[in-house]
Amino acid sequence: MTLDGDMPPAWFLNEPGSPRQCPGGGRASGVGAGRLGWHTVLVLVVDSSTPAVTAALVEVSAGGVTLRAQRCTVDARAHGELLAPQVDAVLADVDARPGDLAAIVAGLGPGPFTGLRVGLVTAATMGQVLGIPTYGVCSLDAIGHPAAAGEPVLAASDARRKEIYWAVYDGAGQRLAGPEVSAPAVAAEQARGLAVTVAVGDGAHRYADALGLPLRAEPRYPDPASLAALAAERVRAGAPGERLTPLYLRRPDAVAATARKPVLP
Amino acid sequence: MGPTVADEPLILGIETSCDETGVGIVRGHTLLADALASSVEQHARFGGVVPEVASRAHLEAIVPTMDRALAEAGVTLADIDAIAVTSGPGLAGALLVGVAAAKGYALAAEKPVYGVNHLAAHVAVDTLEHGPLPEPAIALLVSGGHSSLLRVDDLARGVTPLGATIDDAAGEAFDKVARLLGLPFPGGPPIDREARAGDPAAIAFPRGLTAAKDLAAHRYDFSFSGLKTAVARWVEARQRAGEPVPVADVAASFQEAVCDVLTAKAIDACRADGIDTLVIGGGVAANSRLRAMAEHRAAKHGIRVRAPRPKLCTDNGAMVAALGAHLVAAGVAPSRLDLPADSAMPLTTVSV
Ligand SMILES: [Zn+2]
Repeated sequence: MTLDGDMPPAWFLNEPGSPRQCPGGGRASGVGAGRLGWHTVLVLVVDSSTPAVTAALVEVSAGGVTLRAQRCTVDARAHGELLAPQVDAVLADVDARPGDLAAIVAGLGPGPFTGLRVGLVTAATMGQVLGIPTYGVCSLDAIGHPAAAGEPVLAASDARRKEIYWAVYDGAGQRLAGPEVSAPAVAAEQARGLAVTVAVGDGAHRYADALGLPLRAEPRYPDPASLAALAAERVRAGAPGERLTPLYLRRPDAVAATARKPVLP
Repeated sequence: MGPTVADEPLILGIETSCDETGVGIVRGHTLLADALASSVEQHARFGGVVPEVASRAHLEAIVPTMDRALAEAGVTLADIDAIAVTSGPGLAGALLVGVAAAKGYALAAEKPVYGVNHLAAHVAVDTLEHGPLPEPAIALLVSGGHSSLLRVDDLARGVTPLGATIDDAAGEAFDKVARLLGLPFPGGPPIDREARAGDPAAIAFPRGLTAAKDLAAHRYDFSFSGLKTAVARWVEARQRAGEPVPVADVAASFQEAVCDVLTAKAIDACRADGIDTLVIGGGVAANSRLRAMAEHRAAKHGIRVRAPRPKLCTDNGAMVAALGAHLVAAGVAPSRLDLPADSAMPLTTVSV
């Protein structure tokens, strides 16, 4: 799968996603730049902004982004349990070790806070240990960008409390509005003002009636290859890593302490 | 700090169960680093810890706090033998940041991870100051989040809960009384300070669950809700009468009531089981009156009180590392990578 740029180099076609072995047949210790050419690197992708807990490994080369392994489990209540074993599993899938990673891309949300933080803290801590850059991508972009095939699209995920996180993309996948959090009806009204004719994402499916827009089935959750593709320019350029700041969009629920109630009658 | 023994395990501990982001590093019983970032000031205007505010602060603080701890200890993650993390009890969202961070560090550095009990860590931290803990021991753990009395037979395998608060934690009562008296949050240190100038016998505040009929059902349990209300009534009555509130006397009398109950029940537990070691931990264990009263009462019965210095009593990463070192030395198996954060983790579970 190539998501950006031109045709992949020939060796991608020669080695279609199978576990790579060292020339001597031993455990791969350098899936990264050295062995595959200086401009091809192994990148970890994580996203925990929706009920879909996702870990993936991609190769980023001069010509494109190739998905090598992916684990995705839909469970809104177990982000903390699921993500680390999935990272471990995708590394094992391609017989790579953490030291083979050249960068980490993480979905910044928006998303329910507790789950969202799992992906970001996983990416930040792994990046710190490995001394590799971390890059953030708006998670809705990884729904709206791949879905925007020539026509404007509303991408949405579930924000709970009868609201959605949403953004609008033009036909080329560029974000025109958002990310924002609001009631589906408010999002639908703004989307129509931007000539949107179709909605995509889990939030759009859950609130299909309130949105009143035709639905596109895929992607329902942030697509890991798209997350990588949207950060690929930074990966290739060796751009400095960034601090992964979540797109919370909501303030913490907290009320300042009020005057004390009297206890005497 | 004693000399380190090179073959003792080098353990890193991560703590995020409440409002302190802590990363500690120990080698055996030797403390090498104790880095802390606190969000306490962000909670002050709310009069208590706001879970989401704490969770956000943990995410921002964890990487820089880890950097500081590693620099302080002069080691890298590659040198570490295992990573321990508080996996419960505590605030669910706050715990999860620490647990996910520990897994990220463990995965990337290819090290084992131990999910451990926060309260057991409060007991273990004293080993950094006073060496291996004699077992069995009685532990009194008091803070803003917990007030527990427990029996420790084997810290690596599990502790036995004897009693706990049936309403407010002791530290919560300090916070609420401090607010009543116009003192800052958290309330423990300012009440301790005010009380030094006051008369602890000035006002006879109630001692919860110490009457004969209560002791039958709640011998080792605590209750601080009635005390808190009694203080509020007393202060309000003075204000309505247009009389000044003697802050130092109220603080001293309130503190005396709390410490009286805590130490009486802790000593009772030691004597009932013939145990001569009492460990005190948790934020309230930093209170000077509690330490003095416990030592005075224990001495009469030949009981030795062990309490770490105040900085180790409050939540920190060193205590988690200390428990981790104890588990590794005892040959306990590490946790799996799918270990959960468990906000209601029982005391009987030391590691998962
Ligand atoms: Zn504590």
